[in-house]
Amino acid sequence: MGKTLAEKIIGSHAQKEVTAGEIVLVPVDVCLTQDGTGPLAIRQLQKINLEKAANPKKTVLFLDHAAPSPRRELANDHITIRKFAEKTGACLSEVGEGVCHQIISESYLNPGDILIGADSHTCTGGALCAFSTGMGSTDVAVGLALGKTWLRVPETFKVEVNGKFPPGVYPKDLILHLIGMIGADGATYKALEFCGDTIKKMSMSGRLTLSNMAVEAGAKAGLIASDETTKKFLQAQGRGSKFKKITADKDAVYERVIEIDASKLVPAVAFPHTVDNIKPISEAKGIKIDQVFIGTCTNGRLEDLKIATEIIKGKKKHPKTRMIIVPASKAVFLDAIKAGYIKTLVEFGATIMAPGCGPCVGVHEGILGDGEACLATMNRNFKGRMGNTEGFIYLASPATAAVTAIKGEIADPRGFFTKKKPVKKTAKKKKR
Amino acid sequence: MSMIGKAWKFGDDISTDLIAPGRLFHLRSNLPELAKHVLEDADPQFAGKMQTGDFVVGGNNFGCGSSREHAPTIIKLSGVSAVLAKSFARIFYRNSINVGLPALICDTDKIEQGDELEVDLGQGTVVNKTKNLTLSFAPLPPAMIKILNDGGLLAHIEKHGGFKLD
Ligand code: SF4
Repeated sequence: MGKTLAEKIIGSHAQKEVTAGEIVLVPVDVCLTQDGTGPLAIRQLQKINLEKAANPKKTVLFLDHAAPSPRRELANDHITIRKFAEKTGACLSEVGEGVCHQIISESYLNPGDILIGADSHTCTGGALCAFSTGMGSTDVAVGLALGKTWLRVPETFKVEVNGKFPPGVYPKDLILHLIGMIGADGATYKALEFCGDTIKKMSMSGRLTLSNMAVEAGAKAGLIASDETTKKFLQAQGRGSKFKKITADKDAVYERVIEIDASKLVPAVAFPHTVDNIKPISEAKGIKIDQVFIGTCTNGRLEDLKIATEIIKGKKKHPKTRMIIVPASKAVFLDAIKAGYIKTLVEFGATIMAPGCGPCVGVHEGILGDGEACLATMNRNFKGRMGNTEGFIYLASPATAAVTAIKGEIADPRGFFTKKKPVKKTAKKKKR
Repeated sequence: MSMIGKAWKFGDDISTDLIAPGRLFHLRSNLPELAKHVLEDADPQFAGKMQTGDFVVGGNNFGCGSSREHAPTIIKLSGVSAVLAKSFARIFYRNSINVGLPALICDTDKIEQGDELEVDLGQGTVVNKTKNLTLSFAPLPPAMIKILNDGGLLAHIEKHGGFKLD
């Protein structure tokens, strides 16, 4: 019987053929914790005298959620994590290095791996065709100490996407559309497998955005077959030799097949307070926005900053709207400086924060005031998410975020593209 | 083993942000203090008024969002004996069992705020004494029953010196 990507990767670790529904004990290749979940993981291991890492070079402890620390208690949590890293030899990703999922993809994860992380968006790694899934502190603590975990092999939804995105529409709009379609619990316990022409042509940055948000539909993993794009990404990170081609079998058994025509998509916006409260941009236009935030493990990569910079270049930020930019990693930050994006963004009036989670989880760097609205490129808009239950969070693509910062209200990025192109063409024609 | 208590009813999509808010991130290493705020952003009355042994009753997708195990941990710490919902988010479900908090899937539309419930884990039943109704809940996967019976994942690992799921 044909196998899905999830069955193939889990089966190769269990050293037998596995089928959806089975529970197996498997070795884990990479483990991660962050500063919100790491201290609890460490205390759990201390309780049973198991303070060790089975594979320290692939155990990564991140300081990214509350980094730099906004309070004494959190600074002390950082000390706990640093001490554990020292004791076990595990890797420490310090303040300013960036968001866990970005760095795991840049520097640690390879196709065919199993990654468990004490962070729900660990599913981001599925873009590299690694079975990557989020768990709690105790599961990951035990996993990193023993080098093993148990998994239930998930059933898979195949999400087949074909067609070309219209200008102004991006992978973020696609994943928001999908979540709106199947609901916030539409894929609970399942794996999503993204395939089709659109995915084949998509950059790694866009793929990471898709896999990142799989959990917002309840999924356990969001997998994409590895291909030339995966290979080039790994080569660029100096890990070309780790490339492995993994594809699902043609006769793999899927619980459900969802087909999407990318050419029919429009910019999408998730309204407060659930990610599946999706509306087309036409219904969001005109909503006043106090803060625009571009960043996070969803959309804080170079490609995202490029899109935003190209839109805001030469324009003025709306005087009543703040703009916060947080590059997802140090590498992204340096590349954005080199490309001149950071200068343009600062001149425009944006506030740039250290690579990390920024205001995403409501601990620092942009907590909303009562009644304020934020349009963010992040993945969640739950009530209270940005530190205030009286705040309102709208989710959209970096392009929608950029035009919104100019207008001071939610705006349609397609206008930017349709206006610009014909002007150029007619200008050229006149010259000739 | 049977447990008796009152139902505290919550809606759909109760996120871990509502159970253990990000704005209280700094209390994550002080769980008893964090527990004083359990579910505060969903129902500010709950933490102060619930009695040991009571049940948290949700709708669909209970515990969605972040992987923070602090969420089920503080529900348990506050004295809640089990969480009942129509469906759970995956990570929350796994975390609950790991910390020894029963998470039971049943038709919670038949339970209202304040109903008196008797839950029998062995029988797989929820008796709604107020409404005179018996509901059944879906059994846990065998691996999870082992972990729950050992008192959570940590106790399981300590007892067996590693995983012993079959
Ligand atoms: S950027 Fe936001 S969603 Fe991503 S890991 Fe950080 S807090 Fe979580």
